[in-house]
Amino acid sequence: MSIDKQDVQKIAHLARLALTEADADQYQHSLSSVLSLVEQMQSVNTDGVEPLSNPLEMTQRLREDTVTEENRRDAFLANAPQAEAGLFLVPKVID
Amino acid sequence: MNWEVVIGLEIHTQLSTKSKLFSGAAVGFGAEPNTQTTLVDLGMPGALPVFNKEALRMAVMFGHAINAEIGMTSVFARKNYFYPDLPKGYQTSQMDHPIVGKGYLDVMLEDGTTSRVGITRAHLEEDAGKSLHEDFQGMTGIDLNRSSTPLLEIVSEPDIRSAKEAVAYVKMIHSIVTYLGICDGNMAEGSMRCDINLSLRPKGQKEYGTRTEIKNVNSFRFIEKAIYTEIERQADILEDGGRIIQETRLYDPEKNETRSMRSKEDANDYRYFPCPDLLPVVLTQEYVDNIKANLPELPSQKAARFQSDYALSEYDANVLSSSRAMADFFENANGVVKDPKLTANWVMGELSKLLNQEQLDINNSPVSAQAFGELLVRIKDDTINGKTAKDVFQAMWDGEGSADDIIDAKGLKQVTDTGAIETMIQTILDANAAQVEQYRAADEDKQKKMIGFFVGQVMKASQGKANPGLVNPILVKMLKG
Repeated sequence: MSIDKQDVQKIAHLARLALTEADADQYQHSLSSVLSLVEQMQSVNTDGVEPLSNPLEMTQRLREDTVTEENRRDAFLANAPQAEAGLFLVPKVID
Repeated sequence: MNWEVVIGLEIHTQLSTKSKLFSGAAVGFGAEPNTQTTLVDLGMPGALPVFNKEALRMAVMFGHAINAEIGMTSVFARKNYFYPDLPKGYQTSQMDHPIVGKGYLDVMLEDGTTSRVGITRAHLEEDAGKSLHEDFQGMTGIDLNRSSTPLLEIVSEPDIRSAKEAVAYVKMIHSIVTYLGICDGNMAEGSMRCDINLSLRPKGQKEYGTRTEIKNVNSFRFIEKAIYTEIERQADILEDGGRIIQETRLYDPEKNETRSMRSKEDANDYRYFPCPDLLPVVLTQEYVDNIKANLPELPSQKAARFQSDYALSEYDANVLSSSRAMADFFENANGVVKDPKLTANWVMGELSKLLNQEQLDINNSPVSAQAFGELLVRIKDDTINGKTAKDVFQAMWDGEGSADDIIDAKGLKQVTDTGAIETMIQTILDANAAQVEQYRAADEDKQKKMIGFFVGQVMKASQGKANPGLVNPILVKMLKG
């Protein structure tokens, strides 16, 4: 199975990655070979096999419902490129 | 064309946990921005989520309340999309294996009929943060306090056929989650939000039409209005021969219209996959059964009990049990009065009237259930009549004291001394000799109509304090002469 360049651009857009033409060519090739591998695996009969959601034979541990963290806003905001009035600032988004 | 509307609802309820779904940060409305966040909520690399036990318990409680299959193994999945108030780039949610599977609710409509609404599923997920679009140097401000707040998203089947039915269903979900104590039900603060999926089809047609989704409607009234306006919009398009575009729309209460949010071109592709940071949640039968055995009384059970224990009508029982706060108020007041019908009438009448007038929740009633009960006791023991009681209630509402204080201070005690009433009536008969003559000359039917005049005069003379139960027979006797 192979994918075309448009698919590559769509996947890149969904992941918010900017690709050059040369990148796109290369990804088209490498993603296609990944898909070929998947295609090969799909020939295995999986009737009656539950899809695996996690490879570990373990179940989720639970946390008590208590507040264990305190306010560390100043430390967190110090990491941000821009902050004001206790808010992280990002380029303007309008829904 | 005669259109049939098909509606399915997605209701997001915020679970009343103390801490977040996947971190130990506090949950709460109105805190200073970004003071309730952790590395997990901020999506910092390497920070790992740990699932909140209480959120799980609450979800299972809800599952039992809607007669649903409980997901004995449920799996968290990542729903991928980019938005600045979602720093991880995905929302942790559930897809193929939700915690609550198929269930249903029997919804009581205004005309007294019930209709069954299927519930497809209810799944746990985390909320996103909040974007503030006020101008910060031409940028958008991000507050991540709400990020990772636990939500239970309740998805209905497309079983709903009218705006009224939709509202009745949402009210019922609201009443169930507040009864269970798993959500505070505060719609104004966003604790319950509703997405409406709506399509039209010609009556009798089996296939569904193309639907639109109206996002984040946050009051019962807006849900009803948004549905009416969207039905109208879709019907107009279809009748002009146009077609409906599948899209997300927003309801604007000020203009009472819905408008397009996103067009189909950039329809979301969420690329769900199992979250590798969280393991499958596996429940034991004992855990699930134990929660079921300890479920609090639900609205429908309470309504049934009100009918059997207090001999209330089905209607009264349903109204009083529609909210836990109102049901508690009724039961506490009735504990004082021990007259369920009288208490029911006053809770649904005078109390609800004043609460509505001042747009107050029953929890914020200035008159407590105990004080309210004490007022009703004074009606029951004939200290005051119903009419005077309304004035006393208003005075209690205005903070003038207890029922007894007000009755004493204003001298409102009902006159039950028959001698005093006779004297009062005699004075009135003497002063209205002509009417007395007319009355005596009239036949019995006419007399019945005429007696109202005399009762009115007596009540006026006694400033409403004469006991009407005593006035009537004495008056009839004395008019006979």
